[in-house]
Amino acid sequence: MFEKIKEFASEFFVTGDPLIYGADVGIALTLISIVVVLTYFKRWGWLWREWLTSVDHKKIGIMYIIASLLMLFRGGVDALLMRTQLAMPDMQFLEPEHYNQIFTTHGVIMILFMAMPLMFGLFNIVIPLQIGARDVAYPFLNSLSFWLFFWGAMLFNMSFVIGGSPNAGWLAYPPLSELSHSPGVGQDFYIWGIQISGIGSLMTGINFIVTILKMRAPGMKLMKMPMFTWSTLSSCITIIFAFPILTVTLALLFLDRYLGAHFFTLDGGGNPMMYINLIWMWGHPEVYIVVLPAFGIFSEIVSTFSRKKLFGYKSMVFALMSISFFSFFTWAHHFFTMGSGANVNAFFAITTMIIAIPTGVKVFNWLFTMFRGRISYKSPMLWTMGFIPCFVVGGMTGVLLSVAPADFQFHNSYFLIAHFHQVLIGGVAFGYFAGLYYWWPKMFGFKLNEKLGKWAFWLWNIGFYVCFMPQYFLGLDGMTRRVSSYGWDMGWGPLNLVSTIGGFLMGIGFLFQVWQIAHSIKFMERDTTGDPWNGRTLEWSIPSPAPVYNFATLPQATEQDAWWEEKQRREQGQKPAAQPPLEPIHMPRNSGIPFIKSFCWFVAGFGFVFDWLWIAIPGLAGVAICMLIRSFTYNTDYYIPVDEIKRTEAALRGSV
Amino acid sequence: MAQQPNGSHGAGGHGHSSHKGHGSFKSYLIGFLLSIVLTIIPLVAILKDLVEGTAALVVLLVTAVLQFIVQLLFFMHLNEEDKPRYNLMTLIFGLVIVLTIVAGSIWIMTNNAVAH
Ligand code: HEM
Ligand SMILES: [Cu+2]
Repeated sequence: MFEKIKEFASEFFVTGDPLIYGADVGIALTLISIVVVLTYFKRWGWLWREWLTSVDHKKIGIMYIIASLLMLFRGGVDALLMRTQLAMPDMQFLEPEHYNQIFTTHGVIMILFMAMPLMFGLFNIVIPLQIGARDVAYPFLNSLSFWLFFWGAMLFNMSFVIGGSPNAGWLAYPPLSELSHSPGVGQDFYIWGIQISGIGSLMTGINFIVTILKMRAPGMKLMKMPMFTWSTLSSCITIIFAFPILTVTLALLFLDRYLGAHFFTLDGGGNPMMYINLIWMWGHPEVYIVVLPAFGIFSEIVSTFSRKKLFGYKSMVFALMSISFFSFFTWAHHFFTMGSGANVNAFFAITTMIIAIPTGVKVFNWLFTMFRGRISYKSPMLWTMGFIPCFVVGGMTGVLLSVAPADFQFHNSYFLIAHFHQVLIGGVAFGYFAGLYYWWPKMFGFKLNEKLGKWAFWLWNIGFYVCFMPQYFLGLDGMTRRVSSYGWDMGWGPLNLVSTIGGFLMGIGFLFQVWQIAHSIKFMERDTTGDPWNGRTLEWSIPSPAPVYNFATLPQATEQDAWWEEKQRREQGQKPAAQPPLEPIHMPRNSGIPFIKSFCWFVAGFGFVFDWLWIAIPGLAGVAICMLIRSFTYNTDYYIPVDEIKRTEAALRGSV
Repeated sequence: MAQQPNGSHGAGGHGHSSHKGHGSFKSYLIGFLLSIVLTIIPLVAILKDLVEGTAALVVLLVTAVLQFIVQLLFFMHLNEEDKPRYNLMTLIFGLVIVLTIVAGSIWIMTNNAVAH
């Protein structure tokens, strides 16, 4: 009996590597300390009532952001482990097998569990406030989306200590990801983790499209919407058409692995190339899904900190929407080398180059907005200024890659790695950081310390170029991606060492950000104005943090930059328009079902990963029961009475 | 149903919250009968070998497309939408994407040197 348990445990838990044991201890200590702290301060009820069951978009947004920053930490540690292994020729730091797992989890975590949730967090925080709404269109669904993401991400991360991590790359190309080549459970963790959180992403896409189309403040025409709202709309449209493709593709891979189907296998009439074709139909739109909102953030920031209306509003809208359309027609540029002939490659090379045009248009719009503006260089603006040159270079190397014959040389080399990190770090990460700094006071009611922020900014920026510029040259020198070590005779040593140093500089930049947050929580003074940056859009017209119902009376927004125009009028001595009398506000009730149901999905996913039906079936049953209970719940909303609104408003605005 | 905290009860409210009723008993009945008929036709035609080869394919495809339209009109209420017709736009864009996926995959994969 004891022998059996020992044997089981040695397969169930990941063993062998001292790094893993260290992580085990770390995870156990963190969990224990969380439980102890919550129990000691009697905070379990508070956690459940105020956060886990909350359907308030502002709280859901904060939870998204916390989760994504934790994932940024994990993904970042993965990255530094890889850079350490590559710092010098013939390093003996990571085993090749371990290295494969790390680059796989790094990629998945950074895109799906860091960039996506950080983006959703910003949507949640900003969109309802910016369009003058009291919540999203479907608050219950919103909470469900978050918890599906959360438990999906947990399932994926668990593979680190239980069962073993996936190791077939972030897109899990077959045949490597098939049962024949990856018999372990790692690949199943990959499939289920992504599927569960992917459903959440799809629902968020739907939720925000409806919110933006249906819940804008009275008078806000589509062409008067703030630019971040436009970028969210274009990103969400791309989500609802792209994510089903991912879901289906991974479901087919699951059928191959679980039921012995032959969609992508080498034998039985399967074709692995088909998987590559399908996954990039999601994969290319996905890179635009994450970068479009960053464009929106930069537009808001450039205009606020230059004290000018955004230049070329219409062309910006057109650029955003055309990108989300064209992003569906370029996917084959990711496999020019697959051998589909000159016609196919020429077609997709041209569509790819076309996409670069609207992207370029936007850069000019930002530059013209800044031109002759009174620019103030606060943190959000700094990140924007760092972004522009970085993204321009990244876009240009993208155009180089899109030249199909040349791509036969660049493909899967470090040149490619440098390209997409330049657009993903320089574009997406810098963009979301800028957004975090910009809207932080709206979320928490105080700014982040500027001095520490400057340190973080310069470390990230310098670190970025030190890390990735050498990689272009390494690529041209023939270093391919996903190699776990290389010999002295290749001559790649010096550039790799430089690159590793750059990576660690960015790591230190991240530590500065953590310090900055901790320091600011303790020392920064409260912002009582609700409008610390002299903003232009509606979210700055209410106190920070916003009350549950956001707006006591719904604002009128008939012009672009409605709040800015209102402030101009007030400065000229005009009285603000008389507010309509307060009325009771209709709000959604909190619910524990999203949390419980997503946890049931997690259980079911875990059961499928290990092929233990005795776990999977109860998990699925739990999901079904949650759906039933929800269908028969009628008490889903309530009204906030007028005098409670009055009291809240007086407390919030009293100090203004 | 959609939870709309900003529904007509809140301060001001939005014009959009006045939903039309989703169809009548009669329209649901017609839709139900039509979709059953459109399911039985291909089933019987193929199982009883009434049609073969290209003809069978044509029967299947035509009834499938009609079925699709019936579902959209009677159960998805596509024609009852207020302007702007977002549902219709989404549907059209969705069809474009589906077409791209299918035609694009066929084009790429038949040209694929390795696949042959
Ligand atoms: C100016 C626009 C852009 C062009 C012309 C472009 C072009 C390309 C091309 C041709 C490739 C494939 C190269 C190869 O595999 O050999 C590629 C890969 C990639 N690009 Fe871009 N790109 C652009 C912008 C972006 C943006 C904005 C992002 C993300 C925010 C992005 C993320 C990626 C990623 C992640 C990969 C590689 C994925 C992988 O193989 O694992 N690109 N790009
Ligand atoms: Cu692409």
